[in-house]
Amino acid sequence: MSVIYVVLPLALVIGAIAVGAFIWAVRRGQYDDLDTPSVRILFDDDDPPARASPPDQKSN
Amino acid sequence: MIHSCGLERFYEIREDADIDSQAAAWSGRAFEEFDDPAFHRLYSRPISPLEIQTELYLESVRCSACVWLVERLASAVDGVIESRLDMRRSIVRIRWDPSVTSLSVIAAALDSLGYTPHPPRGASLQKARVAEDRKLLIKIGVAGACFGNAMLISFALYGGMLHGMSQQHERFFIWMSTVVGMVALLWPGSVFYRGALAALQTRSLHMDLPVAIGLTAGGVSGIVSTLSGNGHTYFDSITAVIFLLLIGRWIQRREQRAAGDAVELLYSMTPTSVSRIDPEDGTSSQAPIESIGMGDIVEVVAGETVPVDGLVLSGESSVDESFLTGEARPITVGEGESVRAGSVNLSGPLRIRTEAAGEDTRVGRLMQMVEESAARRAPIVRLADRVAGWFVLIVISLALMTAIGWAVVAPARAVSNAMALLIVTCPCALGLATPLAVIVAVGRAARQGIFIKGGDALERVARPGLLLLDKTGTITEGRVRLVEWSGDDASLALAAALETAVAHPIAHAIAGAVQEEPQRTLESVRHTQGAGVEGVVDGASVAVGSVRFIERFVKTMPSSAYARVERDAAEANSSVLVAIDGQLRGVATLGDPIREDAQESIRNLIDRGWRVGVLSGDRQAVVESVAHRLGVEFETLIGDATPERKLEVVEEASGDGPVMMVGDGVNDAAALAAATVGVSMHGGAEASLSAADVFLRRAGLHPIVELVEGSDRTVRAIRTNITASLCYNVVSGSLAIAGIINPLIAAILMPLSSLTVVSLSYRARTFEDSSCR
Repeated sequence: MSVIYVVLPLALVIGAIAVGAFIWAVRRGQYDDLDTPSVRILFDDDDPPARASPPDQKSN
Repeated sequence: MIHSCGLERFYEIREDADIDSQAAAWSGRAFEEFDDPAFHRLYSRPISPLEIQTELYLESVRCSACVWLVERLASAVDGVIESRLDMRRSIVRIRWDPSVTSLSVIAAALDSLGYTPHPPRGASLQKARVAEDRKLLIKIGVAGACFGNAMLISFALYGGMLHGMSQQHERFFIWMSTVVGMVALLWPGSVFYRGALAALQTRSLHMDLPVAIGLTAGGVSGIVSTLSGNGHTYFDSITAVIFLLLIGRWIQRREQRAAGDAVELLYSMTPTSVSRIDPEDGTSSQAPIESIGMGDIVEVVAGETVPVDGLVLSGESSVDESFLTGEARPITVGEGESVRAGSVNLSGPLRIRTEAAGEDTRVGRLMQMVEESAARRAPIVRLADRVAGWFVLIVISLALMTAIGWAVVAPARAVSNAMALLIVTCPCALGLATPLAVIVAVGRAARQGIFIKGGDALERVARPGLLLLDKTGTITEGRVRLVEWSGDDASLALAAALETAVAHPIAHAIAGAVQEEPQRTLESVRHTQGAGVEGVVDGASVAVGSVRFIERFVKTMPSSAYARVERDAAEANSSVLVAIDGQLRGVATLGDPIREDAQESIRNLIDRGWRVGVLSGDRQAVVESVAHRLGVEFETLIGDATPERKLEVVEEASGDGPVMMVGDGVNDAAALAAATVGVSMHGGAEASLSAADVFLRRAGLHPIVELVEGSDRTVRAIRTNITASLCYNVVSGSLAIAGIINPLIAAILMPLSSLTVVSLSYRARTFEDSSCR
């Protein structure tokens, strides 16, 4: 059971790394706007890529 | 188009925020820059030699207790005459005496209270908010991580208690949870200590106070028992309290967020660049609006918004001033007549000599009025805050009494029992469940097309009072339509064909009245400003216009036509006559029709106990005719109301109880801001959107009924929440006082009660239900 003396601090260190990553993300502004990105994906691109060809009926 | 514009602006704001994210994050500084003359030029306004008024944006403004705290500044700092906080915008307005103190001293005092001041407005405001958001988010993240780890360690300890555990392992686990708990206590937990300290400094009751005491008690006793090696630690519940309360705070902040301030809006309403005419050679060049001053000549083409207040130098046109006057019909202007910034030029190009620009225009002054009346409005003490004050007082005194009582009976259990009380009565329902209930309701309302800014609006609407409706655009559709046509369809079709050539609301209304249109040939169309239009359609000579205009084409005018025109004028409708080949062929009545759901919705609101009145900028006779046609019993009918008069009426009425104002124009904005609740209609002007607490994205008056209904349900849900958690606290609190539950059981019970109230908040039927009928 003495392995717990290594494993528990290790778990806390891994947790701390995750928290560090979170802080980094917040400071980089990743969490500044939580609403728009989910909507933005629905917008059309400014220049929609031209369709290669109209859907071919026979290919089905 | 709108999407792309909206997104562009969003990117700008976001980029601004990124550049400056570190600068706004620190405090405890000297604020010397606040004493710079340039700073004062930007943000201060001298009232008298001994009095300056300055506006500052404050970080960490959270609840109505903060308003109270900040407004006590006058008694804490010498030289401050008055300080008023606008909670919605987190902006404080300070009047101070420059001979006694300096702005840096005031700023430092605000900072020491826990409200770091910043210069307000525009980009810097946005940046400060973002920095504050990030700080809180990081704290929530850290608190969450600590909470999770502390809980895991606790499970091991609980397991050890049931099945036995070696002494060494137990000590090791306790030490680890102490480390985790101390991190949570000192970093994210510092929020509560700052809040509590500020509350102590001004001797007010704040929810942070019992939380801070509870945390300190738990932390200190935890450390003592860790060091001494006996007794329990409660770091799991301490971290849980910090985490959950911070989440509640986060929700509350998001819900409090208001749409941009009036100054920004002023610029979005008037164009940012104008075409200026050189007085010498008459050439036009684009110039920024800021560079326009008195005497400058600007040109406005049809379809553009007039950028300045001024006199028309040359040109004739009709302008839509409805946003200022509430009058639906466009006004004809010619040389020497005045036009106002913000009105829309409908037909011909105009050259205007500037008399006022920017904030000095009528719109600018109106916007200032909006801001001031919003700031002056008495802050409503929210239900949760009201309860919290008493709650804090009772819990602290009970804890003290428990400690003293047990110290006499059994000294060893005094601290432990008092702590159990503090933990078990953790005000989670007040701190978390209430904002949750509100945010859930606000989210559901948004899905119904009802946008509610700030949850307190919900509490304000829940009690019936006086409902004042604007006429144009609120009771009516706010658009000119063909109401009545007497004459044959063929003539109307010819008139409509002719009117397609003209850009004018009345012309649009006539053109739009005819559904199918075969291709017709138009020849020699001549448009006389403000009178009518003539031309040849399919070989027939057609004239459409006012009586004066048509008289020129028709030799014998039937008297019935004059009677009709008179009747229409009395009902505030416009009459348009149609003459074909020198003969009068019909009369069209154009007006602003009443919304279809108006009658039913107003009746419904009256049944709910609201007193309903009309407050319009249109003429009194028009208001009365509309009221007559609705057939509803109105409390008051006020016409001819200028924006100032509207504000006055609302403020007077506010003395007698809650006032809900519904409007859509800039002329309503000040009244909307001053009212207990301002509701802006679908399609309303941007200024009215920013001034209002609620805005509707669905046409018609029925959403107002839904708003009232939903608010009522939400407030009832909040009451249920508070009652449930108070009942829980009374029971568990008395058990703790009696010493029946120890802090360990209290720590297990506490999250249970939180879970209960949180799930109650989500289950509460608020806005969803009203749509299911």
